[in-house]
Amino acid sequence: MTAVIETSGLTKRYRGGRPAVDRLDLSVPAGSVFGFLGPNGSGKTTTIRMLMGLIGPTAGTATVLGRPMPRSASSVLPHVGALIEGPALYGFLSGRDNLLRYDSADPAADPRTREARVASALDRVGLSQAAGKKAKAYSLGMKQRLGLAAALLRPRKLLVLDEPTNGLDPQGMREIRTLVRELAADGTTVFLSSHLLDEIEQVCTHAAVMAQGRLITQGPVAELAAGARGRLAVLTPDPAKAVRILTEHGLTGVDREGERVTAEPPEDEAELAGLNAALVHGGVRVRGFGVERASLEDAFVALTGEGFDVAG
Amino acid sequence: MSRAETAGPVEKAGTAESPATATPPPTPRPFGSPGLFRLAGLFRSELTLTFRRWRSLALLVVLAAVPVLIGVAVRIETSDGGGVGGGGAPDGGAGVAFVSQITSNGLFLVFAALAATLPFFLPMAVAVVAGDSVAGEASAGTLRYLLVAPAGRARLLLVKFAAVMAFCLVATLTVALSALAVGALLFPVGDVTTISGVPVPFAEGLWRAALIAAVVAGSLMGLAAIGLFVSTLTSSGIAAMATTVGLLITVQILQSVPQLDAVHPYLFTHHWMSFADLMREPLLWDGVLRNLGRQAAYAAVFGSAAWARFTTRDITS
Repeated sequence: MTAVIETSGLTKRYRGGRPAVDRLDLSVPAGSVFGFLGPNGSGKTTTIRMLMGLIGPTAGTATVLGRPMPRSASSVLPHVGALIEGPALYGFLSGRDNLLRYDSADPAADPRTREARVASALDRVGLSQAAGKKAKAYSLGMKQRLGLAAALLRPRKLLVLDEPTNGLDPQGMREIRTLVRELAADGTTVFLSSHLLDEIEQVCTHAAVMAQGRLITQGPVAELAAGARGRLAVLTPDPAKAVRILTEHGLTGVDREGERVTAEPPEDEAELAGLNAALVHGGVRVRGFGVERASLEDAFVALTGEGFDVAG
Repeated sequence: MSRAETAGPVEKAGTAESPATATPPPTPRPFGSPGLFRLAGLFRSELTLTFRRWRSLALLVVLAAVPVLIGVAVRIETSDGGGVGGGGAPDGGAGVAFVSQITSNGLFLVFAALAATLPFFLPMAVAVVAGDSVAGEASAGTLRYLLVAPAGRARLLLVKFAAVMAFCLVATLTVALSALAVGALLFPVGDVTTISGVPVPFAEGLWRAALIAAVVAGSLMGLAAIGLFVSTLTSSGIAAMATTVGLLITVQILQSVPQLDAVHPYLFTHHWMSFADLMREPLLWDGVLRNLGRQAAYAAVFGSAAWARFTTRDITS
């Protein structure tokens, strides 16, 4: 697959201080839904700003749609829709007028079809009813939708969404996920940054993980999650006995948390049935037994050896 | 149909077959320069934006009130039977001369009002609008969306400057038209006696008033460019407005210190009052042309500085 975004040694150092982005080699395959994951302050937004030509890199190069950025901004950006660090609107203009403003900023957009483009973008994010209201009267969720509508004004090859579900209620989050899937089905590459692991896990085909300005890993989500092993979990009202029996059977990492006992699963899956029988035979009343699949969060913790917290 | 529109479906068909066509397609369209710049749409949008802000409207209302104030004051003073003294423009005799003529011809209220507002009111309004033009968008965050649209930095700056100049013109016309209306309402109008003492017909007077309004608007170009430059330096609209207004006040103070007269010819305010020469018969262009030349020089210097700064700046807001 060709890469829609490719960076090599991309570095940004703000005046005196450690690099916000440090020698980043990122490769986003065409047609993917790419999750850009990392705690707040890990350099995600700085990277996105460099990709969009808003800030210049201190070192390294970035290519978007096969063209160098920021040099080719004027030819690349009409094919890119972006939502960067939340929506920014003219509060004294209506939602529709905001979109007309952003659309007229794009020299590649035909002024004769502007109204129609704006109307369909509003429709797509479900804001047609509120299009005439002043943007300052919008709720955070509506502002977020209007920002998305601006990104969707024209058919895009690449959609860059920085924390798109911020400020949305669960219903809004679901709608965004649906929208992302629809766009991806149309062949648009979606680059989605988030600090929410489950969000990435639910929609993304590929992911990259950032921490403190550095890229920790990147690849298909399935591979990343597979890197971390699942855990055997036993639910029982007799946890003490269960811990003893599991330990006797040579399991490691046995841990007890109320009525939940977890352990590293045995290498051979076939041993699981025997373990269960042993537990029952030993008088443990088993309410639940199974291996829990590793999540991206497990993968992240395994990779960074730390929690998913805000970087200092 | 634009190339963008016609190429749309073709692209879609391509991506449907193989999702891996994200690299630039071979069609000449997407990465060429689209139209020359398509400035008109963005300029219209910029104008709408400028004149739909409450702040701009408030400034225009204040400007429109100045001629009313002068007109009513002159009317009250003369109806008391007293003669009209000075008390017009703080700057030079031209304004005062205009004020004393208002009672005999309402058209002179236009010249008196322009002379009264040019030193501070008009440029302050322009400083506010120019200072806020880029910095205001930066602090609201809308700048980043304009730039990824992509508005193009040089293109955006050009449109911003044009819109500020349009505001200069509208602000000046607001003063002039308000003065014309108030003058016609409160005072007799008729043939105009020029500063040279030669009378010209009323129609000629009106034409001169329009010419003077245009020159006054042009006088504000230097300040507009300075404001735009300051506006590219910061991400705070308020800071940029305050700095530009501060600069204006500083320059006006320098202009009023006689010991600094070696510096005066280089200040953008130096020839501002030369517009009065357009009320002579025949027209005296020297001062006016020097003024406009000065404004063009300021616009070139600060416009380039703004361009150099804005096209290389990191947009982090």
